[in-house]
This record gives sequence, C-alpha cells and structure tokens, in this order.
Amino acid sequence: MSPAASPGTRPGASPGTGPAPVDPGLRHRLAERGVDARLLLLVPGLVFVLGLFVYPFLYGLGLSFQPARGGGPFADYQRFFSDTFQRDTIGKTLWLAVPAALFNVLASVPVAYRMRGRFRGKRLLTTVLVVPITLGTVLTAEGLLNFLGPAGWLNRALLGLGLVDEPVGLIQNYWGVFFSLVISGFPFAFLLILSYLSGIDPTLERAAATLGAGWWQRFRRVTLPLLVPGLATTFCLTFVLAFSVFPSAYLVGDPTGETRVISIAAYEAAYQANDYPFGSTIAMIMGAVELAVIGVVLLWRSRFYVGTTGGKGA
Amino acid sequence: MSTATAPVRATPPPLPSPPGTAPRRRIVATPAAWLVWGAVAIFLVLLLGVVSSVLVNSFGTQWFDTWLPKGWRTQWYAQAWNDFDLLPVIVTTLEVAVAVVALSVLVGAPASYVLARRAFPGKRAVQLLFLLPIMMPPITYGIPLATLLYKVGLAGNISGVVLANLVPCVPFVVLTMTPFIEQLDPAIEQAARMSGARTWSVFTRILAPLLLPGILASSILVLVRTVGMFELTFLTAGPDSTTLVVALFNSMNAAGIRAQQSVDSMAVIYMAVMLVLLVVALRFVNPTQLVSQVKEEQPS
Repeated sequence: MSPAASPGTRPGASPGTGPAPVDPGLRHRLAERGVDARLLLLVPGLVFVLGLFVYPFLYGLGLSFQPARGGGPFADYQRFFSDTFQRDTIGKTLWLAVPAALFNVLASVPVAYRMRGRFRGKRLLTTVLVVPITLGTVLTAEGLLNFLGPAGWLNRALLGLGLVDEPVGLIQNYWGVFFSLVISGFPFAFLLILSYLSGIDPTLERAAATLGAGWWQRFRRVTLPLLVPGLATTFCLTFVLAFSVFPSAYLVGDPTGETRVISIAAYEAAYQANDYPFGSTIAMIMGAVELAVIGVVLLWRSRFYVGTTGGKGA
Repeated sequence: MSTATAPVRATPPPLPSPPGTAPRRRIVATPAAWLVWGAVAIFLVLLLGVVSSVLVNSFGTQWFDTWLPKGWRTQWYAQAWNDFDLLPVIVTTLEVAVAVVALSVLVGAPASYVLARRAFPGKRAVQLLFLLPIMMPPITYGIPLATLLYKVGLAGNISGVVLANLVPCVPFVVLTMTPFIEQLDPAIEQAARMSGARTWSVFTRILAPLLLPGILASSILVLVRTVGMFELTFLTAGPDSTTLVVALFNSMNAAGIRAQQSVDSMAVIYMAVMLVLLVVALRFVNPTQLVSQVKEEQPS
C-alpha cells in the first residue's frame, strides 16, 4: 500500500492550490497512518448506512421505551412477555427456523460432498437450484398452495398410490411453512456449502487415501473439520433467512395459530394496531433473539480450525 | 426428503472400499450415491410441482378434482392485467429497481474502493457496519425505518420504497465489489498517478473501465434482489408504489375476491420477469454469487 505521498484531493472538494496550507506535519502524520483525503470516498456509503440503518435502528430502540399506552419505559417489553399470545411467537419462530436451517445444512452436506467434483450438467443443476431463491417466498407460497393442497398433485399422487386414505394436510399449518423454508433454503445452503467444499484442497483427501483412509474416515477426519467453519456460517445465513420468514408464514401457514411467527406479531402491532412503539419493541426483541442464536453459533465455531483450507477462496 | 437424506449421514458408507486400491469414482453408483441423487430428484420434483402447478392453473378454466384442468383459456392474463392494474405496477417495479441499482452502485463503489485498497484505523468497524444490514432480518430494521419514513413523509410513495431497498443493497454492492477491486493490480493506478493523473481521472480513465465487469455483476445482483425483495417494499409502499411482488402478496392475501387463476396469472407474469432477470444475470455472474457474497468479508 502506497503511503500516498501526494494527498489526493477529491474533485471539486477543495479549491486549494496545493498541499501547502494546513499544517503539513499533521497531515503527513495522518497519511502515514492511512488517513488522507481519499478516505472521503467512504463518506457517502457511511452516511447511507448510518442514516438509513443505524439511526432508524436506534430510533426504534428509543421508541420501544416510550410505550403508546403509557407506563414505565419497559411497559411494552412487559406487555410482550406477559401475553402468551405474543411471547409464544419467539418459540414458534425458533421451532420453525432452527429445524429448517439445520435440515437445510445437514441435507446439503452429503449432496454437496457427492457433487463437489466436476460432472456434466453441474452448471445446469446449480442454475436450476438458483430458481427458487430468485422466485422468492411469495411465489413459492402460491405454488405450494396449489401443489400441496388437498386437491393438489402431491395428494392426488399419494391417494392414487394408495399410500394414504385421505388427503394429507400440508398447507395452512407448520408443514407448509417448513416446505417453503426448505424450497428456498436448501438451494441456498447447498450452493454455499458447495463453494466451501471446492475451497478445500482436494490433495489433502488424496493424501489421506494414500495413507489408507476409507471414504468415511476421509470425510470425518479430513474434510469435515475443515468444513465446520463454513457449515457454521451457512447455518447462520440460512437461519437468518428462515427466522425472518414472513410471507410464507402468512400465506401457507396458520398465521393466527401454529405459525404466528414473531415477524407477523411485529407487523400486526405496527401496521394493523398502528402501535409503532409496540411494533418496534417486537422488532427489537426479534433482532436480539436472532443475534443471540448467531452469537452462540459463531462462538461454537471459534473453537474449530480457523485458517486456510488450501484451495481457492475461503 | 428427510427420509431420503438422513441415512446418508447416519450410516457409515455401505461399501467401504478397500484402502488404497479402490478408484475414487465408480462407474456403478453406490447406494449412498443413489440416496443423494434420489434426494436431489425429490427436491427437483417438488420444485417442478410448485412452479408448474401455478403455470397450469393460470391457463385452466376449472380445476377441482382432476389431474389437469377441464379446459384451457388464456383470458386470465387479460383479466389479471386489468384487475390488478399491472402496467403501472410493472412500471413502478422497474423505476424502483433502476433507481436502487444506480444509487447503490454510486454510493457503494467508492466505499468498496477504499475498503479494498486502504488500511486505516477503524476499518474493521466500518466493515462490520456494512455487514450488519445484510445479517439482520429486514423486518427488524424495516419497521423502525418505515415508522421514521412515514413520520418525515417519505414512505407510502416511491422514494420511500427506494430508500428502504437501498439499506441492504448498498452493503451488498460494497461486499461484491471489494474482492473484485482487490484483485486489480494497484500498480496500474500507481503508474497513472506517477504519470500525473489526479484521483478523478484515475477513477474515470483507469478504474471505471477495469471495474465495468464488477459493476455490471453487482448491478444485476442488486436488480434481482430488489425486484424480488418483499418485506421492505411491503412495509414502505403505498397504494401507488407497490411493486410486482407486493401486489402479488396483496392479491393472494385477499383470496376469494378475484379468481384464483387470475392471481396465478399474475404469479406467472412475476415468474417470467424474474426468470428473464435470472437468465440475464447468469450471463454475468455464476449461480453461487446470486446466493451470497458474505463469506469473503465475514469478520472473525
């Protein structure tokens, strides 16, 4: 990195004629530590993040301590935790998001492990897998309503094969939402894990094979330990996706009962009851729960090997 | 699916190859391979069922107790087009998407240049700041943001939708472009500087042409995300500023008012828009990039 001998000026920023005027000593010392006028390029981005993310977040935090119905600053938090209808949304959300994220990650591992090499049609397969992510949860919900419904193709097939006697209830309940989380989450987890796996140097496994390790031993002792940090990251990202489930919980789930997830509670408080402080309170609780889960996973991850995996990337 | 994939993990390999002698890849698939491919096949069938049941229903007349609808018609599309007022919705969607792409590249690209090229005090904090909006569920910051935007009168119209969508998109551009800039040889810029170019001309004459593929890639990724973004648009859009995906949600939510096939026609139109974008996107980026850019930049 060049120590930037000439302090670059932003175009149009300073009409000055050269680096002479303000205390060249200080400017020089700052430039040596990497602070000079080119850092100004960072300003628009920072203004955006601070103005549109950090400030609203703090505003929401502040709002959550000013309940619309009066009471102490913590009245809205008390209201959330004392009402089982509200409080249970945390459990319901976790009960959906954690199993879905775990399933997506754990199902992706063998599939990605099998497909890490090159084979014909790999690009086609990855392309097909991106489709549900691109289509998004609203469309997936619409499709699931048709496909898994009582008269949908799946139930017709199951009835026709004689596997069930009456249509299986797969929509308007937990399973509809779970399926929608798998449809958008599995490809997501798979593609991430595939890229982590191809980041692991294949010669390591070949060396293990030369030393007499079998298929399972190679996976268990060589690949898996190198993959665990990637798995943790993938779990976090898939979990965030599943935790913020909103459209599908509304449309294919049971939004007043089994799948009344916390984002529905926050939405209803803010937009249907027009109680913005309470809505912000629920949003803050939601963020805190999410960060707590991610924090635990990352803490667990830090106990594992961190460093190069020999291959490209990661 | 769970029944198909679970045994792969639970049981040791069914054919423990004799150490050292077995070839790594067999011609005849092992049971484990069958299970894996079976799981993928089940997933693809599920996906195909979801997509094609929407497609089939949008062309059907009546579809109750049969494998396929009784008859076929294409009028649902015309009906959906009129009922849901789709032309203004599509125009809004495009306006929002173009504005978000342009602004997020304009704001994000310079920031990613600094993050790629410079070391400065507090760099990790800045990186974390750019990572947070991507790691948080949109609802958590969307509700306070929408409250704030409504308070200052910016929500309920197209500017609010654009502003809200910028929140995850600016960091996304930063995260996509930083690795791209890092791989450009800094010697090229230094040579330009030594030849007397100022920062502005270094940017316009040297970096911009080299960065064009990176800008294109992150623009198309932002485009796909913005058109598909539901939550933030839903929270900030007013009646005149709904995008296609929010209009789709609203019509599904009001099920019973319109014919289901009409809603499905709209879903097909949305699907077509997304697939066109996807095909365009895949010319410039690989599928994994559509999923996440986060891993290179993750702190710790």
